[in-house]
Amino acid sequence: MKHKSFFWFVLPSALAMLLFIFFPIVSVLVQSVYVDHEQVIKTVETCDLFGCKESTTVDQNATAALRAEHPLGQFAGFKTYTDRNHLAIDEFGENWTRSNSWRDFGAQMLNLPFYKAISFTLVFTFVVTPLVIVLGFVVAVAVNSAVKAIRGPLIFFSLLPMMITPLVGALILFWMVDARGVVGAALQYLAGDPDLSVKASTPLMWIMLMVYGVWHSTPFAFIVYYAGLQSVNQDTLEAARVDGANRWLQIRHVIIPHLLPLTTFIALMQLMDNFRVFEPIVSFSAEAHATSLSWAIFNDLGGETRQLSSAAATSVLTIIGVAILLSPVLVRTWREFDRK
Amino acid sequence: MSSKAQRQPVAITFLVIGVLAIWMILAAFPFLWTLWGSFKVEGDFFSKANWANALTGKLTVSETGARVTGDGYYGAWVQEKFWLAAWNSVIVCFFVVTISLTLGTLGGYALARSTYRYAFWFLLSALIFRAMPPITLVSGYLPVFFQWNLWGHTATTIIVLVAINQPFTLWMLHSFFKNIPAELDESAMVDGCTRFQAFRNVIIPVMWPGVITTGLFSFLLAYNDFAVTTMLLSRENQTMIPKVASFLGTTQTKGNVMFAVSAVVSVTAPLFLMVLFFQRQIVGGLTAGAVKG
Repeated sequence: MKHKSFFWFVLPSALAMLLFIFFPIVSVLVQSVYVDHEQVIKTVETCDLFGCKESTTVDQNATAALRAEHPLGQFAGFKTYTDRNHLAIDEFGENWTRSNSWRDFGAQMLNLPFYKAISFTLVFTFVVTPLVIVLGFVVAVAVNSAVKAIRGPLIFFSLLPMMITPLVGALILFWMVDARGVVGAALQYLAGDPDLSVKASTPLMWIMLMVYGVWHSTPFAFIVYYAGLQSVNQDTLEAARVDGANRWLQIRHVIIPHLLPLTTFIALMQLMDNFRVFEPIVSFSAEAHATSLSWAIFNDLGGETRQLSSAAATSVLTIIGVAILLSPVLVRTWREFDRK
Repeated sequence: MSSKAQRQPVAITFLVIGVLAIWMILAAFPFLWTLWGSFKVEGDFFSKANWANALTGKLTVSETGARVTGDGYYGAWVQEKFWLAAWNSVIVCFFVVTISLTLGTLGGYALARSTYRYAFWFLLSALIFRAMPPITLVSGYLPVFFQWNLWGHTATTIIVLVAINQPFTLWMLHSFFKNIPAELDESAMVDGCTRFQAFRNVIIPVMWPGVITTGLFSFLLAYNDFAVTTMLLSRENQTMIPKVASFLGTTQTKGNVMFAVSAVVSVTAPLFLMVLFFQRQIVGGLTAGAVKG
């Protein structure tokens, strides 16, 4: 294809991505090193019979003028990054010297908003992703060995948890595990504790969020593996069988190697998607027990006082996280392309 | 599988049936339970006394006189104006899908046909963009949108969703276009078509299956989005998902959880139908990127 026609064909979509994905990234970078203007204080001297007094008031006009002149705010460098709500350098050092055990140190760190968010985000990502891959594989093998006639309905129901809106799917599960819901009641019965409530316990909340994550994403791994299973070389399988390989050995030495490239694909997609975990925290109203990076940004942006600089700093840190997560894949893709 | 594989030990048959049964319950039961419960009153759906009340509707009978009640639906759709949110969702989804597909087919076609190195870099940067959590982008939009008075309009949100959708759309359509032999458009161009005429009159007619599949996923993204719509739309322009979320904050305290429950069922119903009718396309789309490329 000629350079010129390529240019005109990709222009609209390149423009859309440039304006609404690339520029916003630049915009958060810039925004994160600025903070809001402080209000302009003026000193007014009022004199009366008893002498002169100085009082300070907020100069509304001057403040508005300053804001209009420099809409970004005042330059602050990395101050927002190092404050208590983000990397919390001072608090980190303080906890480090003061705490006397790892446990204590960990507990202190989890009180800091950013570390609380990133620890849940990372635990969620790295627990849910492998579980999704394993469960998706198990379900795919099971569906593949079912009778052909019932596979259609099986696939239909299997797809539902993934197609459902995350916010809505999480709500459905949340209502069921409510202390007055059906699963909540079952848990209370099993634990023998009538006061057991998922909402009130941090570990249970973490587990519940991850259960939701696995429930939501398993269909994706399932469907990719299922499609992969359709293209397994039947001759190889037959040969393995003739050579006396039992069912497990067939799976281990024929099917799993065949599905390995798919696993890389699933892992990549899942790492990206799980790292942005957000909606279930809103649905479960879990913020007291678990927050994620995306939720932290959402929380800064919402409400009466929009803390744009704080949100921007968290966004930049999140983007750095995504970059680290993606780097092995990107390097590999690049090398593969170079070889071609 | 061959007939030899059918002769499997009984234990394995039971294992397979067990796995499938558990998975089916996990996948389907929550939906059926919520659908059933949405026609009950709150005291039954969240029953302190006995979970089975949600099935029998004990309080529903004593409060409304019937086994099922549509009060939740009435409250949500009429009283809380969920119909407006539904209409907004229709508008947003329609425009996001059409614009995404228009931009995506043009771009995806060019990317599939270009043999130069920059096409690869273009796709790779699209992949990086795909990984950006939408909420980080939203924090980039807000200051600018406030400054230029773009905040709150449906049109702004549509364009933002289209842009966020582009990387995925491009990748998917690019892999579909790759499967169409290049000889097809080349011969059209030999016959005197321009590149665009070849694309418009020769390639698009054979691309419909790919376009439909990609359209389904664009629709899903627009329909399911919460982060962008909740931050960028003003109250009266809200789509269904932020509306459901707003029920949680305000209405729940008023004791009207059932509004939210019936809204949730209303949101799920179209998705349910979509999977029912387009199962083959969805499965094909999900696996296109993985299996072929």
